[in-house]
Amino acid sequence: MTVANTETHPVTLPADLRISTPRHHVVIFAGLLGLLLVAPFVLYPVFLMKVLCFALFASALNLLLGYGGLLSFGHAAFFGSASYVAAHAAKVWGLTPELAILLGTGAGAVLGLGIGALAIRRQGIYFAMVTLAFAQMVFFFALQVPFTGGEDGIQAVPRGKLFGLVDLSNDLTLYFVVLLIVFGGLLLIYRIVHSPFGQVLKAIRDNEPRSVSLGYKVNRYKLAVFVMSATLAGLAGATKAIVFQLASLTDVYWTMSGEVVLMTLIGGMGTIFGPLVGAAVIVTMQNYFAGFGAWVTILQGIVFVVTVLLFREGIIGVIARWTKKAL
Amino acid sequence: MSATGDFILKAERLTKRFGGFAAVSNVDLAVERGTIHALIGPNGAGKTTCFNLLTKFLQPSDGAIFFNGRDITRMPPADIARLGLVRSFQISAVFPRLSALENVRIALQRQRGDSFDFWRSEKALNRFDGKAMAGLDEVGLAEFAATPAGELSYGRKRALEIATTLALDPEMLLLDEPMAGMAQEDVSRISALIARIAENRTILMVEHNLSVVADLSDRITVLARGQVLAEGSYEVVSRDPRVVEAYIGVGHG
Ligand SMILES: Nc1ncnc2c1ncn2[C@@H]1O[C@H](COP(=O)(O)OP(=O)(O)O)[C@@H](O)[C@H]1O
Ligand SMILES: [Mg+2]
Repeated sequence: MTVANTETHPVTLPADLRISTPRHHVVIFAGLLGLLLVAPFVLYPVFLMKVLCFALFASALNLLLGYGGLLSFGHAAFFGSASYVAAHAAKVWGLTPELAILLGTGAGAVLGLGIGALAIRRQGIYFAMVTLAFAQMVFFFALQVPFTGGEDGIQAVPRGKLFGLVDLSNDLTLYFVVLLIVFGGLLLIYRIVHSPFGQVLKAIRDNEPRSVSLGYKVNRYKLAVFVMSATLAGLAGATKAIVFQLASLTDVYWTMSGEVVLMTLIGGMGTIFGPLVGAAVIVTMQNYFAGFGAWVTILQGIVFVVTVLLFREGIIGVIARWTKKAL
Repeated sequence: MSATGDFILKAERLTKRFGGFAAVSNVDLAVERGTIHALIGPNGAGKTTCFNLLTKFLQPSDGAIFFNGRDITRMPPADIARLGLVRSFQISAVFPRLSALENVRIALQRQRGDSFDFWRSEKALNRFDGKAMAGLDEVGLAEFAATPAGELSYGRKRALEIATTLALDPEMLLLDEPMAGMAQEDVSRISALIARIAENRTILMVEHNLSVVADLSDRITVLARGQVLAEGSYEVVSRDPRVVEAYIGVGHG
């Protein structure tokens, strides 16, 4: 009589245990989509597109941090490189925007594979430091090579015509394209988190030695999620370059890496909707307090400290605890 | 305990040095297939380190390890688990943010091979739920199936860990103090479970509860200061004056 193969002892499974997409997730995603479809008629489309790009960027980081348990402090490298590549492809090579974005995203993926392969050999704070170090190398590279345009960046990037057909110079048209890209990215992240791969990922996050002892080759999973995260960060950066018609050193600077960590923590890491809220909060602050100059950074710092002190799990994390629902 | 000499796990001159200090030195260990073999000894004797070496969570400084006749001395730990040699941990090792059911299912999921399919819905794992539930029931945790493992009591975490290990259906289990911190009723249940699973498996376990050791084990190896002090049946070992002496200082009977 074996234990693991007990078929003779049927135990009924409570219905609420069966895995299926929780209905409230479907409702939230649908509501969010509805809201975002109406939003550009109420708020500035360019502002909304900025929120969307950063929501995707933060969600990409959250995939790695919140579900993989890996804190990258160098995600600007992927965001920024993709931004440069997309801008260059659109402006210098005259590629259509979807191809430019695709190339930029690919740049994020390739860079993610290189940096990830080296970084995952380290644990905890050393992992974060390795990612930061590589991101700084990417920054200095961007500062030195001619194609990035140095301090000026790549300016006046043409938005072009989608598939050579749809003119994207109209903000509203572009908005719906960006919405499609970002929403698609978010749904992909949701799927990754709720896949057989995602289950193993969460196990590794929770207890790495135990995952090894069950026979999982944890480094392969870590590298896989690192590349996915870098690719999605690249998608966000490339899209941003087309929206703002600009790729600049700000995109690869370490403060960008810090900002996206901040967004994720404020919204709630390890939650699906937290990074979206975090991105909205930070981008809104930056926009409305732009007149305060350097004070924006200080205000951001204050918001961060208050968030950490009041609710360590982030805004959505706290709501999830109150409502006893996974968000 | 027959002298067939069919040893599933063998370690020869196993040694681990941390700096200049030898936590395990020249340990020869042979575990016969289908038996329960206990590894006992005072705290700091090197039992956990031995487990870490045998499952390659630590690389031996010296010596060789054979599992089913195969040299595994240089094999990475995940591969050893895949061969059917699975360990538990002294400090209860669960996945705290996953539910008890999901904990067991992570082990069952290994039957799929690797799980790199990030594009597929986790509904693909539903087919393991029945088995996972049966595994939980086996250790008395059925009613906690939906509870995050981190919220379980210490004893229940240990039980969950055993259920998770068993879900892999391993040929051999290494259990590091499986009953530490358990209430007496749980000790009885887990004891009975271990006896039952040993019917077609081999078990090497570290345990401080000597009555459990006496009840369960076919053979006992006593470790002290990283070296094998004595080996044999409980009757033989418990009368060995060196073993009695080694235990006096730590208050075991
Ligand atoms: N990673 C390590 N580095 C240094 N010393 C260690 C390490 N792991 C264990 N030791 C030492 O090795 C000895 C044996 O420890 P351990 O195997 O945990 O004993 P036991 O499990 O028998 O109580 C102890 O003195 C312990 O301090
Ligand atoms: Mg120990």
